[in-house]
Parts: sequence; C-alpha cells; structure tokens
Amino acid sequence: MKRVFVNEEWCLGCHLCEYYCAFANSGLADMARALKDRDIFPRIRVEDTGKVTYALSCRHCTDPLCVKSCISGALTKVPTGAVCIDKDKCVGCYTCILVCPYGAVTAGEHGAVQKCELCLENACGSPACVRGCPNRAIVYEER
Amino acid sequence: MKQYVIIGGGVASVGCIEGIRSVDKEGRIVVLSGEGRPVYCRPLISYFLQGKTDPEKMKYRPDEFYAENNCEVVYEKAAAIDPARKTVTLESGESIPYDSLCVATGSSPFVPAFEGLDTVENKYGFMTMDDALALDGAVGPDSDVLIVGAGLIGLKCAEGLCGRAKSITVCDIAPRVLSSILDGDCAALMQKSLEDHGVRFELSDSAERFNINTAYMKSGKVLRFDILVLAVGVRPNDSLVGEAGGVCDRGIRVDTHMRTSLEDVYAAGDCARGYDASTGEDRVLAILPNAVMQGRCAGINMAGGDEVFDKAIPMNAIGFFGLHALTAGSYAGELHEVPAGEGVKRLYVNGGLLSGFILIGDAAGAGVYTAMIREKTPVDSVDFGLLRTSPSMAAFSAQYRRKTLGEVV
Repeated sequence: MKRVFVNEEWCLGCHLCEYYCAFANSGLADMARALKDRDIFPRIRVEDTGKVTYALSCRHCTDPLCVKSCISGALTKVPTGAVCIDKDKCVGCYTCILVCPYGAVTAGEHGAVQKCELCLENACGSPACVRGCPNRAIVYEER
Repeated sequence: MKQYVIIGGGVASVGCIEGIRSVDKEGRIVVLSGEGRPVYCRPLISYFLQGKTDPEKMKYRPDEFYAENNCEVVYEKAAAIDPARKTVTLESGESIPYDSLCVATGSSPFVPAFEGLDTVENKYGFMTMDDALALDGAVGPDSDVLIVGAGLIGLKCAEGLCGRAKSITVCDIAPRVLSSILDGDCAALMQKSLEDHGVRFELSDSAERFNINTAYMKSGKVLRFDILVLAVGVRPNDSLVGEAGGVCDRGIRVDTHMRTSLEDVYAAGDCARGYDASTGEDRVLAILPNAVMQGRCAGINMAGGDEVFDKAIPMNAIGFFGLHALTAGSYAGELHEVPAGEGVKRLYVNGGLLSGFILIGDAAGAGVYTAMIREKTPVDSVDFGLLRTSPSMAAFSAQYRRKTLGEVV
C-alpha cells in the first residue's frame, strides 16, 4: 500500500502540512473559513526542537497496536492496509494514545480521537499534506 | 481438518479466532459463549449508561464476523474439560471434541460475604451488558445509589450514572480511589473530577452488614440506598482448567506462547496469569489490549504457528468528565516529577529503563513512553532531558526516525 513518508533532512518546519491537513479534513470549501482565527486540529504535526524538524502522522503500521488495543472497535485496519477510525464508535478513552509508539494518534476536536486516514475519507482523495509540502519532504508512495 | 474450540465469547476469543484464521483458513472453529450475545465492547458499558454509545455501536466486530471466519457459535456454557479424551462438556451434557482448545473465560465479580447481603433486593454487578441493561432499567431520578468499590469499574459506573440518580455514593476500604493504579495525590485529582459532578465518597470505610436498603458501615455511618452496585473486584474464571488438573494460581498459568500446563490447551485474557514484561513476574493483566493480543498469540500457536507474546505490561487509560489519567508499567525506581500545569506527570526510571509513568491531564504522546517500557529502551539511548517534557521521536536517534518515518513499520 502507499503510505506517507517523511524525510526530515528536507523538512523546513514550515507547518504548511498542518494547515493543508486541517483544511482537507474540515469539510469546508473555503480555506479562510476553515482555518483563520480558529484552533486547528491537524492529523499531521511538525515536531521542532530547534535542531531537528520533521512532520509526524500515522505510520499505518503493518501490525497496529492501536487497533489491537482499541476498546470500542472504532479503530480498524481496512482491507487496503490503512488504519481508519469510526468516529461514531470512538468514546475518546485515549487507550490508542496510550499505546501508539509514535504519538501519531491525538485528541480530536469533539471527544473522539483523530489520526491520519491518508485523506481517503475526505474529499481530497490523496494526502493533502503531501500535495502541499513545498520541498517534497513528505511523499506518498509504496515502499 | 483440525477442530478448534474456544471457551468464551469476549475479545480474547476474537483475538484467538483471528489468530487461527491468519494461519488456518479451513479448520473448524467452535466458540462457546455463555453470554447469549455476539462479542461487544465490555469496557463501554459505562458509556452506554451515559448515553454516549448504544448496543449497535458497541459491537466489537461486524455482525458477519463469525460467519466470515467460518465459526460456529454455541451460546452455552462449558461445564468441564477432559484433557485425556480432549473434549469439552457443555452444561447441557453435550460433549464437543477438540484438537486444540483455548480457554478465554474472563473473570467474574468477587463478592465478599457481607452479612445481610441476601436481604438486598436491588443489587447489581457492573461487568456485562446484562448488568448495564439491568442498572439502566432500575435507576431513576429518585434513586440513591451506593457503589461498593472505588476501582476502575466502580468509578466508571459512578460516572455512567451521574445525572441519572438522586445521589451516588462510592465507598471503599482503601483510603483513596483507583488504588491499584494511582498514588495519593493523583487519586485525589481523579476523585475531585467526580466530586465536582456530585459523586460522594466514603473512603477508608467498608460495609459491615446490609439490611434490605441500608448499609451499616464499619465507621458507624448508616447509608441508605435504593440501588447497590458491587464493584469490589474480580477473580479469574480458572476453575475449568483447575478442575481438569491444569496449573492455576489465581489465574490459569500460561507461558509466553499462551500454553497452559495441559497439552493442547491454551488460555488468554482475564482468566490467564502470564508474563508481565514490566516486572518480569507472572500476573493477571486484566485489560482489553492484553486479552486481544494474548488471544491472537494463542490462536496462531493453536493453528501450528510459533508466536510469542512477551510484551504485556499493565497500562490503563481512564477518564472522568474529560479528565484523563494514563498510566503504565510499575512505579519502581527513581521518580522524575515533571511540571504539568494543573495535571500530573510522573516518570519512573529503574535500572536504566523507564519502568512506569502516570500522566493526568495532558495525554499527548503517552504511547512514546509506553513503547519505551514495552521495548525496554535504555534511557541513556535517548535524549531523556527532552523526552521528560515532550514525548516525541525527536528524543530518539536520527537513525530511529529514518526507520520509523521513512520505512514501513
């Protein structure tokens, strides 16, 4: 399956991926309405220590601990290999946050947790973070 | 064709089915379920009381799960295992042969012999969907509820009933709530989150006797109630294996392949006593993730694979009204107290390894710590100064990041 991969040497730490992600998952057509003056909840996050900067999102693990640990059956590995979340089933218990070794599952805006679903569940169709990355530090490919 | 029998219909059973089917697509699987309903998310029963989920959403697997995995489900309890003849006898007397057996019988509420408990009509446990449905039907705006036990089950029950009863009181012989996972001031924070929503506590106190709808406490206090919930603790359902001659010690003893001492008999989930990677000792780790992973390991091995599960650790995510407490491992060794606003962040380092943590409030990145405990990552192999404040990949080597962010993991 195609996954999102990150090359930290090329990451500028510009945070554009976060904005593209939040916009793609907002369900809105207007970027300003989706992002301006609002707390945004991107599923990809730039971690920046001053020395190191890289973007982090769900690794769509081959054997995902979050799926095996989910107490509500909300997290599943779909046949394509992507790890997806059913927000209606999620009760926001945070067990997935407790087990994800990468910190890639985060608290969402409305109680349920959130994570990268490769933009397969929204109107974008392929990862918005990848399309918006100005330096191709984030790519979507088979490895 | 091999015949697999699984005693139990919970999540360990599901893990076992999926484990078997990852190796053997053909063999016959018979699931014995004593609960009369397909697998559901047991830890969600408190959310059901709160109205945050419903029986449809609580399904752990889709309706087609058993059919798609070619399982025959028998809604009946097992009465005995005969390891010599390799059969399981049902309560009806029917005998089912097995080539390989998994015992995933879970646990049952432990009810102390309180004097006069038999005079209490409206008493409930809080383990199963049936318990939740019964409580859901019994509670009303005029109900005074008394919950015995301030552990995970009792407190989630209290949260679930908040706003649905006239009063909710929780008592426990321990001096603090959640005494199995939290220390004093952490427990106090979680207690307050419930008190702020009207739950009352009677700690360091226990019922001496009951009479119809009154609890007479050791302290001399008298608590009147309409509904009594017993959430004192649970015990592993290990008697089937014990009576068949298998080694049990408050839980069915299993090795890291989930094998019991009986040939071709495996065990998984809350009934099993297995290896705890955080202490190196054997214990019952009655948490859902462990049940699923043990079940899967058992299933793979039952089908002829060679799977080891030696990474179980105690861990819990519990929250009340939006205040979350995430804990893992053991609280042994040197304490690193990290400022965390109004919350708590405690990391424990023992023998050069992260042994455990308590996070209250900010849960972000907790899994980075959990992974260090599970994988026994030496503290000196990471930037621990950075990791203390921010659990992130940045504290690890560039090589580790290249692997995790640039390769399939």
